[in-house]
Amino acid sequence: MKEQRIAYIDLSTREISKAPIPERIRKTYLGGRGIDAYLLYNHISPGIDPLGSENVLVVSAGLLGGTLAPSSGRCNVGAKSPLTNLLGSTNMGGFFAPELRFAGFDHLAIKGKAEKPVYLWIHDGDIEIRDATHLWGKDTTETPAIIRKEHQDEDIKVASIGVAGENLVRFANIMTGLKNAAGRTGMGCVMGSKNLKAIAVRGTRDLPIAYPEEALDYVAKIIQMIRDNFFLKVWSTLGTPSCHSDANNLGRLRYRNLQRNQDPAGENLYAENLQKFTFGMAGCFGCPIHCRHRYVVPEGSDKGSYMEGPDWSTMGGLGPELDISRMESVLVGNQLSSKYGLDSLEFGGIVSWAIELYEKGIIDDRITEGLKLEWGNEKVMYEMMRQIAMREGLGNILAEGPLRAIEKLGEESRYYNVHVKGMSWLHTDDRATPAMALGVATSTRGADHMRSRPGTDSLMGSQEARDKLFGFAVPPDFTCYEGAGKLVRYYELMYAVPDALGMCKFQTLFMSPSTLNYEDYSRLVRHVTGLDISASEMYEAVERIYTLERMFNIREGATRKDDYPPERLMTEPTPATGIHSFQRKVINREKYEQQLDEYYEAHGWDEKGVPKPETLARLGLDKEPSHLL
Amino acid sequence: MDRILMVDYSKCTGCRLCEVVCSVKKNGAANPARARIAVVKWESVCVDTPMLCQQCQSAPCVAVCPVKAMTRDEGLGRVKVNDDLCIGCRFCVAVCPFGAVSLDHVSRRIIKCDLCDGDPTCVKFCETKALQYVDATAANTSKRREAAERLPELIRGFVAKPKTSSHLS
Ligand code: SF4
Ligand code: SF4
Ligand code: SF4
Repeated sequence: MKEQRIAYIDLSTREISKAPIPERIRKTYLGGRGIDAYLLYNHISPGIDPLGSENVLVVSAGLLGGTLAPSSGRCNVGAKSPLTNLLGSTNMGGFFAPELRFAGFDHLAIKGKAEKPVYLWIHDGDIEIRDATHLWGKDTTETPAIIRKEHQDEDIKVASIGVAGENLVRFANIMTGLKNAAGRTGMGCVMGSKNLKAIAVRGTRDLPIAYPEEALDYVAKIIQMIRDNFFLKVWSTLGTPSCHSDANNLGRLRYRNLQRNQDPAGENLYAENLQKFTFGMAGCFGCPIHCRHRYVVPEGSDKGSYMEGPDWSTMGGLGPELDISRMESVLVGNQLSSKYGLDSLEFGGIVSWAIELYEKGIIDDRITEGLKLEWGNEKVMYEMMRQIAMREGLGNILAEGPLRAIEKLGEESRYYNVHVKGMSWLHTDDRATPAMALGVATSTRGADHMRSRPGTDSLMGSQEARDKLFGFAVPPDFTCYEGAGKLVRYYELMYAVPDALGMCKFQTLFMSPSTLNYEDYSRLVRHVTGLDISASEMYEAVERIYTLERMFNIREGATRKDDYPPERLMTEPTPATGIHSFQRKVINREKYEQQLDEYYEAHGWDEKGVPKPETLARLGLDKEPSHLL
Repeated sequence: MDRILMVDYSKCTGCRLCEVVCSVKKNGAANPARARIAVVKWESVCVDTPMLCQQCQSAPCVAVCPVKAMTRDEGLGRVKVNDDLCIGCRFCVAVCPFGAVSLDHVSRRIIKCDLCDGDPTCVKFCETKALQYVDATAANTSKRREAAERLPELIRGFVAKPKTSSHLS
C-alpha cells in the first residue's frame, strides 16, 4: 500500500504536486469511485461552470486496480457534469487504470485549463505536460497511435478524446483502447474544455501484494467459481448483447423513442447474429469473463469495418431506438461513435427524440436544413453523428444535451424527451418494471442503470433463497412496487463496491447471485493490500460513497423532483405488445411516491431525499468537506 | 513423459492475467514488466500474443552463455538459469528468438519462465485455456517449435494488413 499516491495537476499554472493517500481515507472511501466522490465534494465549489477552468477532472484506479484481483482494470472518471450540472461520474474498462498504477499513481485530480492543446505523459513516477497541437482533430484511435509512435512504445495506454470532446459536445466521452468508453455524463467534454487531448501512461513499478500465496489461492478459487458459473458461458461468448433477445421478447425495448417496446425486425440484432462478424473475444485487464466482441465486417459496402463491441447499450442506442435493425449499420455506427468520442447511449436517446419530433412535425426541414430525419435510415445516423461531433446544423443543438436542446426546440418538444436530471433514458422501456425505473430515476448520475439494476438476478431461485440473500423480503416479480425501494438501495451499494475497488460489475450480482459478496471482497482486499476492512466496514464505506454523491447533487440544487421517471413513462401506457404483464403499463404515480419514500428511508434520508443529520454523523460525513486529501 | 506449456494464440483474450499472476508468484508484486510471460498486444488491430520461453531443444541461450549458467534440465524439459553462476552479461537476452529471457529491473537478475517447477501458475489462471500444460510427444513438440519459430514473421504479416477479412479465417 505504501506506493499509493495522488497527483494534482494544474493545467493553468502547470504546477504538479504529489501526495500519499492516508490509510484512513482508504478505509473510509476505498478507492476508485469512492475517492472520486470525496475529491469532487472537496475540490469543487458549488455552482461552478462545468466548462470553466475551476472544474476538476478526477481519474481514479480502484483500490485493487492492476492487481491479480479478477477484472481489476476499471477506471473511474469524475467531474461536475456539463450535461446535468450535477455529479459527473463514469467508469471504463481496459488497461488504462492498471498502467496508471504501474506508473506510480492511483488518482489524478486535474484542474485549470491549458492555453493550447496538451496531453499528459505519465511515466514511472513522472508527470509531464506535453504539447498536443498536432493531435487536435485526431480521432480516438489515431491519437494513441501517434503518441505510441512518438515514444516508440506500443505498450503505452492512452485515454483520449475525439473531435466531439474537442468541440465541447456535452455528452462526449473519453476512450481507451478500441472499446472502453468513460461514456456517461460528458467527461470528454470536460477534458476538451481544459484543452486536454489525452492522458498517456506507462509504468514498470511494482504493486506489492501483501500476502501473495493467499491472494493467489483465493483468486484461483474465485476464477474456478466463475468457470463453474452457468452465466460465464453466456457473457463470454455472447457478451451483454445477449440481453437483446430477452428484452425484445418481453417488450422491454425503447423502440422509436418509446413509441413501441418491441422491434419487429429485432432478430437481426440478436447476439447470435453478431457472432457472424466476430473473430474473437477480448478481456479487460485480468478478466476471466472476456465479454467483448472483436468484429470485422467481411463483405458488402461496409467491408473491413472493424472494432471491439458493441455492448448491449450501444446496440440499443444505435439500433431499436432509431429503428435500425441491420447489424452492419450498428457495427459501423459503433466504430464511428467510438472514433468521434460520443456517448452512444446519449446519442441514441437524443437523436431518437429528434426523429420523433420531425415525424410529429414539431421540428421541420428548416431546423434540419433539409435532412429527412427518418426512422431506420443508417445514413441519418451517420450524418447526425458527424453533425453532433462537428457541432453543425441540428447537431449543434443536440450536442447541448436534453436540458438545453429542449429549450431550443420549444415547449412542445419537452414531453417527448425521455431524460432524468438532463441525461437521456437508456435503451430500455421500464414502464412495466417499477424497481428498474426507480433505480434509473434516482441514480446519482442521471438516468442510468449502472448505479442500480435490480434485474433478473433478484428473481432467481426460490423466494426464500432470495429473501435470505438480500436480507429482506424482495418483490416476487419484476412488476412489483412493494420492496422496490430497498432493493434499489441494495444494488446501489453492492455496485459501488467494484466501482471503488476498480473491479468489474460482472464480479457481483450483475453476473449471478453466486458471485462475490461483502465478505469475499473484504478477504480479497486483505490478501491483496493487507488492509483490514471488514465486510461491515466495507458496507458502511459504500453507504458513505453513495450518500456523498447524493450530497454533491443536493449542493448543486437537486431535490426530490429530480428523482422521477420522465413524464412520458407515467402518462403513456406501453402498447399491447410483449408479454401480458408488460402490456398497457405506466409507472403509477401514487405507488411511485411510496416507492420513493421507502427508498429514501432505507438510505436514512428524509422525505425530501436529504440525508438526515444522524445518518451523516453515523457515516462520518457531517464534517465534509474536510480537505484531508 | 515431457510436458510442455503450449499456447493457443487463437484463444487468447489479451487479459494479461497470466502476466500478473506470474509476477505475483515470482516476485510477490503485481507488475507485468517483471513477469516471465508477456502478452504482446496490438490494441488497435485486436491482436494479442502471449510470448514465453519455448524451452528450446537446442537453445541459443544455453549455447551462448559463457559461464554455463543457462542449462537444459531434461527432467522437466526446461531451460534454467543458475543465479549463482550468472554474471548478467545478457548474451542470452540478445540471442533468444522470442524475447523470452530478460533482465529483471528490480532484482537485476536474468529471468525466464521456469515452468514454475512443473506446476505453471499462469496456466491455472487462464480461463480460456489459451495456455495449457500438456503431455507432448517428441513429434508434435518439434512441429510446434517449428511453427513457433515462424510466429514472429507471421504476426508481422498479420498486423501489416489489419483490415482484411483474414481475421475471419
Ligand atoms: S491469461 Fe490466457 S487469455 Fe489471458 S492474456 Fe494470458 S494467455 Fe491470454
Ligand atoms: S530463453 Fe529463449 S532461447 Fe532460451 S530456451 Fe527459452 S525460448 Fe529458447
Ligand atoms: S510457468 Fe510460471 S514462470 Fe512460466 S510464465 Fe507461467 S507463471 Fe511464469
